[in-house]
Amino acid sequence: MVNMKSSLDIKPLLLVPVLALLALPLIGSVDTWLTLSVAGLAMGMIIFIMASGLTLVFGLMDVLNFGHGVFIALGAFVATSVMSGMTDWTQSQELWRNVVAVGTAMALAMVAASIIGLAFERFIVRPVYGQHLKQILITMGGMIIGEEIIKVIWGPLQIALPLPEAMRGSLLWGDASLEKYRLMAVVVGLLVFALQAWTLSRTKVGLLIRAGVQDREMVESLGYKIRRLFVGVFVVGSGLAGLGGVMWGLYQQNVVPQIGAQVNVLIFIVIIMGGLGSTGGALIGALMVGLMANYTGFLFPKLALFSNIALMAAILLWRPQGVYPVANR
Amino acid sequence: MPSNVLLDLKEVHTHIGAYHILHGVNLQIPRGELTLLLGRNGAGKTTTLRTIMGLWQASQGSVHFNGHDITHMATPDIASLNIAYVPENMGIFSDLTVEENMLLAARKASHAQQMDTERLAWIYAMFPAVEKFWHHPAGKLSGGQKQMMAVARAMVEPRDLLIVDEPSKGLAPAIVQNMIEAFQTMKASGVSILLVEQNIHFAQQLGDSVAVMDNGRVIHAGSMAALSADPALQQSLLGLAL
Repeated sequence: MVNMKSSLDIKPLLLVPVLALLALPLIGSVDTWLTLSVAGLAMGMIIFIMASGLTLVFGLMDVLNFGHGVFIALGAFVATSVMSGMTDWTQSQELWRNVVAVGTAMALAMVAASIIGLAFERFIVRPVYGQHLKQILITMGGMIIGEEIIKVIWGPLQIALPLPEAMRGSLLWGDASLEKYRLMAVVVGLLVFALQAWTLSRTKVGLLIRAGVQDREMVESLGYKIRRLFVGVFVVGSGLAGLGGVMWGLYQQNVVPQIGAQVNVLIFIVIIMGGLGSTGGALIGALMVGLMANYTGFLFPKLALFSNIALMAAILLWRPQGVYPVANR
Repeated sequence: MPSNVLLDLKEVHTHIGAYHILHGVNLQIPRGELTLLLGRNGAGKTTTLRTIMGLWQASQGSVHFNGHDITHMATPDIASLNIAYVPENMGIFSDLTVEENMLLAARKASHAQQMDTERLAWIYAMFPAVEKFWHHPAGKLSGGQKQMMAVARAMVEPRDLLIVDEPSKGLAPAIVQNMIEAFQTMKASGVSILLVEQNIHFAQQLGDSVAVMDNGRVIHAGSMAALSADPALQQSLLGLAL
C-alpha cells in the first residue's frame, strides 16, 4: 500500500486566524482584541452547535428546513423553566452545582427539541421531500406555529435566563477580560465538534452519513435505508439546536419567542459559507461569523449585521459552493 | 419460474415522468452465467438496470429475483437480497478513501478490521490498484482505477447477482483486459453477472448469453456463441459484424 496522500484542503483553515490577525491592527489594543476574540469564538461555537445538524440535513436529503429556529427557541425556553426550578443550584457559589443545573437544562432541552424534531420531520418535512419551494414555505410556517405555541406556554414576553453564580464574571489575563461563560461555551463547542468529528470519521453510521451527503442513491443501492438515517440526523440536529438554544439564551441572558428566528439568518450564512453538507465548513463559517460580529460590533457598530453578509459574499466569490464543497453535489 | 433462472423480468414497463421508456421488457438471467445486455444508446439498457434495482419503479409487469417478487420493493431491500449494482457513473464516494468505500459495501462489518481478509486478498489479486491505493481518497484515482474499485466494492461480500452498467466505458485497452479477466474470475466463483456493454469485443470475450434491446424492448435473446457465429444476425441487431 502506498502512503496516504493528504486530501485536506488547508486554505479554509487559515481563514479564522487570518481574520483575527487582520482585526488586530484595527482594534489597536491586544487586550481588547483578546477579549473580543474570545467572545467571537464563543459566539461562533454556539452558532456551530446550532448549525451543524442543519447542514447535514440539507446534505443528506436536500431539505431546506427554515423551521430550524423553533428547536433553538424551544431549547432556550425549556432552560428557563428548568433553571428557574433549580434556583438552589443556580445560586450556589459551588461550580459543580451550577454545572449540574445547566447540564440538566441542556439535557432536557435536547430531549424536548429531539422529540419535537421527530414530529416535525414526520408531519411537516416528509410530505415535501424533493420540493424546495414547498419546503421553504411549510417549514417557515411550522416555525411560526411553533413560536405561537411557545407564547401560549411561556407567554409572549422576554424571560430572563441569568447565568448561574459561579459562571458569572471574568478571568483577567493581563488587562484582557475573558468572561467565564464564554470560555465554557468554547469548551462545550469544541467537545460537540470533537464528538461529531469522531462519529463522522470513526463509525459506520458516520461513514454512511458522509457517503449519503455525496450520493444517497448509491448508499441505498448498497442496501442501507437512507430515510432512517435521515430521520436520525434530523432528530440529532434538532437536539443540538435545542442545546444551542440553551447556550445562546445564557449568552444573551434573556429569551424571547423569536430567538430562533433571529439567529436563523446567521445559521444559514454559516452553512452556506461552509458548504452545504459540510460540518467542518460549518465550524469555520461559524467561527468567522462570531469573530466578524464582535470585531465590527466594536469597530463599526452600524455595520455589524451587514458585515456577515459581506463576509458570505466574499467567501462565495472565492468558492461559490462554500469553503468545503461536498463532492458529487 | 424455471430453477436455473435467477432474475426474471416479464412485460416490464417503466415511465420516467411523462416518458414511456420501457415497453414490455422480457429478460431472463440464468444462474451462474454472465449475461450481456447490448443495444444502441437510448435503447433502455440503463433504465432496465435501474428498474431491477428499484431506483425507478416499474409501472407494469413483474420482476422476480431468486423467487422473490421485487417489482415494488425499495432499493435497499432489493440490494439486501444479495444483488450488487455498479451504475454507469460508478457511484464512487469521492471524499471517502478506498478503504471507506469498501467498508460501506461490507454490510456485515462495522470496522475495516472486520472485513473478510480472504475475500479482500481475492479482490486484491484481481484488482491490485485497490490494495495499492487503499488509503487514498477515491476521488483521486484515475478513471480505470475508479472502475476497478467500483466493481471490487460490489464484490467485497459474496453476492448472488452482480449488475454492472458499462464496465469498459472510457477505459484503456490494458485496463479493459484486466476487467475481462476479473469478470471471468468472478464468474468462476459462482456469481451470476449481468453487464450492460457497448464494447462489442469486450462482450464477445465474456458473454454466455446475450440480450439485445431496442426502443425499450428486448428484441433478441440467445447465446453469445450463436450471435458471434451469425454475421447476418449481428448486422440486423447491432448494425455491425463482430
